[in-house]
Amino acid sequence: MSGRRGGPGWLRGYAIGYLVFLYAPVFLLPIFAFNDSAIIAFPLRGFTTANFEQLWATEAMHGALANSLKVAVAASVISTLLGICAARASARYEFPGRRPIIGFIMLPLVLPEIIVAVALLVVLVQLGFSLSLWTVVLGHVLICTPFSIAVLSSAFLNMDRSLEEASQDLGEGRVMTFLRVTLPLVAPGIVASLLIGFTISLDEFIIAFFLTGTEPTLPVYIWSQLRFTAKLPGVMALGCMLLLLSLALLGAAEYFRRRSARQTGSTGGYL
Amino acid sequence: MTDDRTRGRALITLDRVEKRFGEVAALDGVSAEIMEGEFFSLLGPSGCGKTTLLRLIAGFDEPTRGTIAIDGKPMAGVPANLRPTNMVFQSYAIFPHLDVAQNVAYGLRRLRLGREETARRVTEALGMVDLAGYGKRAAHALSGGQRQRVALARALVMRPRVLLLDEPLSALDKKLREQMQVELRRLQRAVGITFILVTHDQEEALIMSDRIAVMFDGQIAQLASPETLYRRPVNRRVASFIGVMNFFEAQVTGEAAGLIELDVAGLGRIAIPAEQAPGGVNGASVSVGIRPEMLTLLFSESDRAEHEVSGEVVDAVYYGDMTYYDLRLPGAARPATVSMRNTAGRPILRPGERARVGWGRESLILLA
Ligand SMILES: Nc1ncnc2c1ncn2[C@@H]1O[C@H](COP(=O)(O)OP(=O)(O)OP(=O)(O)O)[C@@H](O)[C@H]1O
Ligand SMILES: [Mg+2]
Repeated sequence: MSGRRGGPGWLRGYAIGYLVFLYAPVFLLPIFAFNDSAIIAFPLRGFTTANFEQLWATEAMHGALANSLKVAVAASVISTLLGICAARASARYEFPGRRPIIGFIMLPLVLPEIIVAVALLVVLVQLGFSLSLWTVVLGHVLICTPFSIAVLSSAFLNMDRSLEEASQDLGEGRVMTFLRVTLPLVAPGIVASLLIGFTISLDEFIIAFFLTGTEPTLPVYIWSQLRFTAKLPGVMALGCMLLLLSLALLGAAEYFRRRSARQTGSTGGYL
Repeated sequence: MTDDRTRGRALITLDRVEKRFGEVAALDGVSAEIMEGEFFSLLGPSGCGKTTLLRLIAGFDEPTRGTIAIDGKPMAGVPANLRPTNMVFQSYAIFPHLDVAQNVAYGLRRLRLGREETARRVTEALGMVDLAGYGKRAAHALSGGQRQRVALARALVMRPRVLLLDEPLSALDKKLREQMQVELRRLQRAVGITFILVTHDQEEALIMSDRIAVMFDGQIAQLASPETLYRRPVNRRVASFIGVMNFFEAQVTGEAAGLIELDVAGLGRIAIPAEQAPGGVNGASVSVGIRPEMLTLLFSESDRAEHEVSGEVVDAVYYGDMTYYDLRLPGAARPATVSMRNTAGRPILRPGERARVGWGRESLILLA
C-alpha cells in the first residue's frame, strides 16, 4: 500500500530527471549572466553586473524592447476582447455548432507555431500586406486568444446566473447589467487574461521572426545577437530579466485567476 | 368550488399557461387570478413547476402557450426589467461586489431620485427588514438570514406591484424560519404589496397565505384559502400533502336529499351532507378522510360523542403538549392516528390498552 502514495520508485526518478532537464538550463541563465567572463563555460570567474550595464547602453536593444512592448500590449488587449465575447457566448448561450467553433478557436493551443507562422506569412503576402509590427500582433492574437478564452470562460461559467437575472429584475437592461454586474465580477479574469496574453506575446519568437518586417521584437533581437560570441553574456543578462518579468506576470495572472474563482465561488472552465 | 375570496381586483391573470422544456411539460395549463394586495402561495412537491411559474410571471422566460396579464396588460414579450414585479431569489443573488446599501440601492439608479432621496429610501427599506445600520457591511459578511433580508429590502425598495418570493426561507434554520414567517406576513400587511410565495412547506403556506394554489405535475390541483384547503381538500393527494389525514375505505350505499350514505370500514354506517364531498362522488368505492384532531379519545365513562367506536392503542408518541396515538379499529385497513392535547389530569394510554374513539359527522370528508 505504501507504494500507492509515493508512486513506484522509477516514477519518482523519472519525475526528478524530467524537472532537472526542464529547469537546469533556466537556472544556468542567471549564473552566467553574473559571471565575469565572455565565455559561457565553467568554472565561473567572478561576480559582475557589467553585463547588465552594457545591455542598458545598447541602443538597438531599446528599440526592440519598445517594439515588443507595443506588440504585447496590442495583442493582449485584442485577444482579451475577443476572449470576452467568445467566453460569454459559450457560457450563456446554446447555439448549433458551439463545441466545434470553440474547438477551432482553441486549436492554435496545440498547433505547432511554425505552421501558424508559415501559414500566416503565406496568406499575408498573397493578400499583399507588407510585414510590420501589426502582422506580428495579428499572429500573436491568434495564439493568445485561446488562453484568454480558457481563463475568461472559467470566470463567466462560475458566475451565478441569477445575479444577472436579479439585475434585470431590478430594472436594468442587458447593457447596464453587463456593465454593472457581469464586468465587475469577471474583472479578475480579465486582468489575468491581459497578463497572460502580454507574457505570451513578449516571449514569442517564431511568429515574430516570420512576420516582423524591419522592426525586430526582443526575442528576435536576442536571436540575432547570438551569432556574436562577445554579445553572449549580454544576451544572458537580457534573458535573465525577461525570465524574471515573465515569472512576475504569470504569478500575478494566477493570483487574479484564483481571486476570480473565489469570488464567483468555484473552479472549472477549459484549463 | 368553495367559498373562496375573490373579492378585490385581479392583479395577475394566468390563462391556460403552459411551459415546455423539450418534451417535459413543466406547466400544463395553469389558470388563476391573483388579487391585488393578497398573500398568495404556490405550494407543491419538488419539480411540480412552482419556480417555472414564478419565472414566467417575472419575465425571465416566456410561456410556450397561454397568456399572463399583469394589471390588465398582456405581458408577452415584455422583458423582466420592464415588468412591475420584483423577485427574491432562492439563492438570494446578493451582488458580491457591492455592500449592503449599494445592493439595496441597485435598482434605484434608473429612477434618478437624487442622492438624498436614494439614501432615505435605502435607510427606510433596511429599517423595514430590521437591518438598520448594516448599510456599509460587505455582502460576504452576512449570515443567511441577513442575506435573505437584504434581498427582501432590495426588492421592496422598488415598491413593486408584485413581490415574487422563491422559497425565501428554505435556507434558514427552524427557529429563524418561524420568526421570518411572522415578519414577512406582518410586512406584507404593512406595505400592502401583492406577495406570491413559492414553498414546498405546507405549514409555511398555511401560516402565511390568504390563498394557496396546490400544484402537482404542472397543474393546480386546488386553489383555496388555507382553511378550505385544510378542511375541504378536493382529493386524496391534496389531503395527504396538507397536514396529516386518516383515510378509511368506504362504499357509497345511497344518495338522497343532499345526503351521501356511506359504509365506512372501521367507522360504520353514516350519512354526510354532499358539501363534505368537495371533489364530488365518482363510483361506489371511495375514501373517507378525517384529521387526527377531529378524532377524540373518550377517557371516562361519562364522555360522550356523536359517534363512537372502540379500538386498541398500537402506539403512543408523546410530544409534550400533545400525544399522538395510533389506534387499531376493527374493520379498518390501517391504524388511525388520533391527536390529544395533554390537558391537566388527562391520562396517557400505553400500547395494548383499549380506548373509545369519538367523532362528529361534520369532520368527515369524502375524497375521490
Ligand atoms: N431550464 C429547464 N430545462 C429543462 N427542464 C426544466 C428547466 N427548468 C425546469 N425544468 C423542469 O421542469 C419541472 C419543474 O421545475 P421547477 O423548477 O419549476 O420545479 P419546482 O416546483 O420549483 O421544484 P423545487 O421545489 O425543487 O424547486 C421539473 O421537472 C424540471 O426538471
Ligand atoms: Mg423551485
